[in-house]
Formats: sequence, C-alpha cells, structure tokens
Amino acid sequence: MSESTPTGILSTIAGAARGVSLELESVRKTYDGQASAAVDDFTMRIEPGELVMLVGPSGCGKTTTMKMINRIIEPTSGSIRLAGEDILSIDPDQLRRHIGYVIQQIGLFPHRTIAQNIATVPKLLGWSKGKIASRIEELMTTVELDPGVFANRYPRQLSGGQQQRAGVARALAADPPVMLMDEPFGATDPITREKLQAEFLRLQAVIGKTIIFVTHDFDEAIRLGDRIAVLSDRSHIEQFDTPANILANPANEYVESFIGLGAALKRLVLIPISRAHYDKEVPGAPSIEVSGSLRDALDLLVLTGASAVNVCDEKGRTVGSLSHATVSGALRAERQDEESV
Amino acid sequence: MSGFDIGRLVNFLSQRWETILSLTGQHIAVVAISLVIAMVFGIGLGIVVWNKPVSRSVTVTAAAIAITIPSLALLAILSPILGLGWGPTVVALVFYSLLPIIRNTVVGFREVPRDVLEAARGTGMSATQVIFSTQLPIAWPVILAGVRVAAQLTIGIAAIAAYVAGPGLGQYIFLGLSSLGSVNALNYALVGTVAVVILALLVDGAFVLITRYTTSEGLRV
Repeated sequence: MSESTPTGILSTIAGAARGVSLELESVRKTYDGQASAAVDDFTMRIEPGELVMLVGPSGCGKTTTMKMINRIIEPTSGSIRLAGEDILSIDPDQLRRHIGYVIQQIGLFPHRTIAQNIATVPKLLGWSKGKIASRIEELMTTVELDPGVFANRYPRQLSGGQQQRAGVARALAADPPVMLMDEPFGATDPITREKLQAEFLRLQAVIGKTIIFVTHDFDEAIRLGDRIAVLSDRSHIEQFDTPANILANPANEYVESFIGLGAALKRLVLIPISRAHYDKEVPGAPSIEVSGSLRDALDLLVLTGASAVNVCDEKGRTVGSLSHATVSGALRAERQDEESV
Repeated sequence: MSGFDIGRLVNFLSQRWETILSLTGQHIAVVAISLVIAMVFGIGLGIVVWNKPVSRSVTVTAAAIAITIPSLALLAILSPILGLGWGPTVVALVFYSLLPIIRNTVVGFREVPRDVLEAARGTGMSATQVIFSTQLPIAWPVILAGVRVAAQLTIGIAAIAAYVAGPGLGQYIFLGLSSLGSVNALNYALVGTVAVVILALLVDGAFVLITRYTTSEGLRV
C-alpha cells in the first residue's frame, strides 16, 4: 500500500487546523436506470467553520448530497470544491482521510478496541506510534470517554451513546477540516440525544470545523445549525438561512409545513432570557437562571401556574421577573429586529 | 473369521505402535496440507464472488455438486492421471474441502454489517485494506467454522485414499479388509478406524482453541 505524498489540495486541506470553505456547484446525481435525478442541480456555498444542517423528509436526497462530498457516491456532474480546489480530480481514498465521517449506525469496527478504532485514519496517514497514542488519549478525553476505562474495550462493551462518542472521536482523529455527519444521533434515545447534542455544540465551539449535518429532525436542525437548508424532492433547496430567519419568515408553504406547529415555541428556544425586558421582582415566585432560554422560562410558567418567574444571575441574585406578557413581548421584538435587518 | 481377542489386540498394538504413530502422522500431514491449499483457493474464491450474485451461486452450486461425487469414484478417476500415493490424495481432499470453505467465506463476508463497510470506506481505506483489515477479520470465525467442517470431512475421506495407496491410517483399514479371515484382520480394521475417530475428535478440539486464539475478543458473543 503505497502512500503517495499529498499533492496540492490535499496538503492545503491537511494543513488546515480549522474549517475550510466548501462549495457545491450544479451537483447532480442520476442513478443508472432511473429517469429522474436523485439530486438535481444542487448549489451551495458553506463558509469555513460553519455548521450547516441539511433537513428534509426521508428519500429527499439529503444523504446522497452529503455522500458526494467524500465521494462514497460519485456525482454524475457538477463540481465540488474544498478550500477553493476541485476534489473530483483527486484519489477518493486520499480525500476521505481528510474528511471526518460519522454515520447513524456508527459503524465502529467490532473486532478492534476503541483505541484501535480511533487510530484508524492516523495509521492510514502513517503517523508515528507516539503521536497516535497521545492523540487517542486527547480525543477520548474530549468526547468524555475515560481513556483508562474505555481505550481497550471493544465496541460491543459500550452503550449506544458511548459508541456514538467513539464514532465522533474516530472521525476527528486526524483533525480533518471538514466533517460529514449523517443523522449521527438518530438512533439514540431522547435523553442521550439531547446530551450528545449539547456536547457536540460545545465541541464545535472549540474545534470550529466545517460541518455538513444531515437530519430529518427539524428541532435538531434548529438547535445545532448555524444555517439550515430545508430540502424537498431531489434535494431541491426550498430555503437556506439561519434558524431564526427560517422560523420567522418561512419561504413557502413547504417550509412552513416542515416547521410544523409551534413555530413561536421553537423560536423561543433560540432567544436567551437575557434578551427580554424584565419586570420587577415578584416575591415568592419560582426562579430561573438567566443562562436559560425564553422557552425554559415559559415552561416554568406553564408548569407552576405562577403569573411570573424571577430571573436570577450566575450568583443567584434576582435581577427581575418574567411573565407571559414579557415573554411574548420579547418574541415580537426579536421578530421586528429580524424584519428590519 | 476369527473372533475378537483383547490379548491379541494388546499384543498387536505393542508390536506395531511405531507404525501406527507414523501412519497417524501421515494422516495429519495429508489433511493439513490439503486444508491449507483449500483455504488459499476457497477463501480467495469466496472473496472474489461473495458480492456477485451470479458468480456466487454458480461457485457455491458447483462446489455443492462436486461434493456429492463418491470419494472412491473420484480417487479412481484421479489415479490414472496423477498416479498413486500423495498426489491424488491431496487433490481429492482439497476438492472436498472447498465447499464448506467457500460457502462459509461467502456467508461470513455477507454478514459483515454494511455500516461497518461504509465506515471503513469513509476512513479512506483502499479496497484491499478494507478486505484485509475489516472484512476478513470480522468474517474469520465463520470461515474457520467452514475449515473445521472441512477438516472433519477430510480426515474421514483420507482414510479411503489408501485405495490409491494414499498415506495415513486408511492403509490399516484396507489391510484389514484385504486380509479378511486372517488372525489380525479385525485388529487392523479396528485400530485404523478407532485411530481415525480419535484423530477427528482431537482435531475438532484443536479447532476450538484455534478459533478462540485467532478471533478478536470483540467478536466473541
């Protein structure tokens, strides 16, 4: 197995510590023997370090679109550029060593320990043993798997959530500037999923990768995405915007139907409590920390039946209170801000 | 025909134990050589055809038909071409070993989860690297189960190869058959047969250990 030295683009990608830009232009995929394209004329530009969610119903071509970026599926026509350079001209195996890949079923190698799984790409890239060992330790700590406990365990000895963390660690092993994630949290239970999502956001804030994240769960898209592309049949982009803008101004009925009921509630998730104008403290009312979202505040209002909740800062001092009226006032203000932009 | 006499059997064993050991050694050798050759061809063929529906059914069906040919008939066909002794024996044993090995290679490769294969490709392994670092190790316990069946099969068939002057314990069995009525006829047949059975049991036990030590701990159920 000869290791050809990375040429031009590969060294550009390999040298990028943080994310790089990713452009898809008029990308099309038509499967043999099928009349209509699975992905038709898909064009998108993704900024370095951006987390873009592709969301759409099953069979809409979102996964196919994503898999063309690491050429697990070969595009029929169009061009894909990483850091401005065409990836269709280079060896797919070499390319994939520089693109992190996480799939829903995880696909850990069952016959290899967690440490060996994580070492896969560094080994392919010919890293030294010492460098691989320290990288494994670092990554396992990052994804909150204690190396002392889990390094020598096999995948079957881990829970679903732990396996998914190991899968993310394996994808991050060689520090690729781009990550492709295909419904990575789709198979986990709701509690684990929420935890993994929160960890993932924290991780992304540190590593700043360019990430394409495929999901059919719109709430997940809102929670995680910098921008969301809502896709319909044949991977047609119905709207490509920030979560707040999509919720406030859905482009058409299709997007509206995808948002579903409760758009206002979903928007509240995105607005921190600190954005609201507080009323005066109400003695005896339940209290909530300022670090939460307006959705959390409303939740507490509904749950307790109180007319107001007190907001307290990090030190536990009460800084004011929120009522139903102030929550909806904040939502209206947010909307006007967006419309005036 | 003379009856069974335990004293005569003990006497028989004490006089011929060196020959018996040497025949057992030959028996093991011819089976081992054949299995190694059959593994190279069988696993190789299995890897080539496992994901090609037409070639796969042709190969497995051909091997399944081949195994129905009576071993005595096959040896009779082989000996005019290959002569007597080790040649036709090894060829016949390889022939009968192929079916279980090919079939289990195909089954083992098909049982490798698709997501694991996709993940392997996604990490940037070449097709060859995927075969040797992912598919083969994961399919290994299943393949080895096929080799184990082949070993049992060939230990039995190797005894029949004495018909074409093949090596091994079959020589005693045939000696017993051809000298029916003589004093030691029963002893020859009995010792040959019992030794084959014991050998089969020991080899089967050995395979349990081989499987245990060559299969990743992560694949044990």
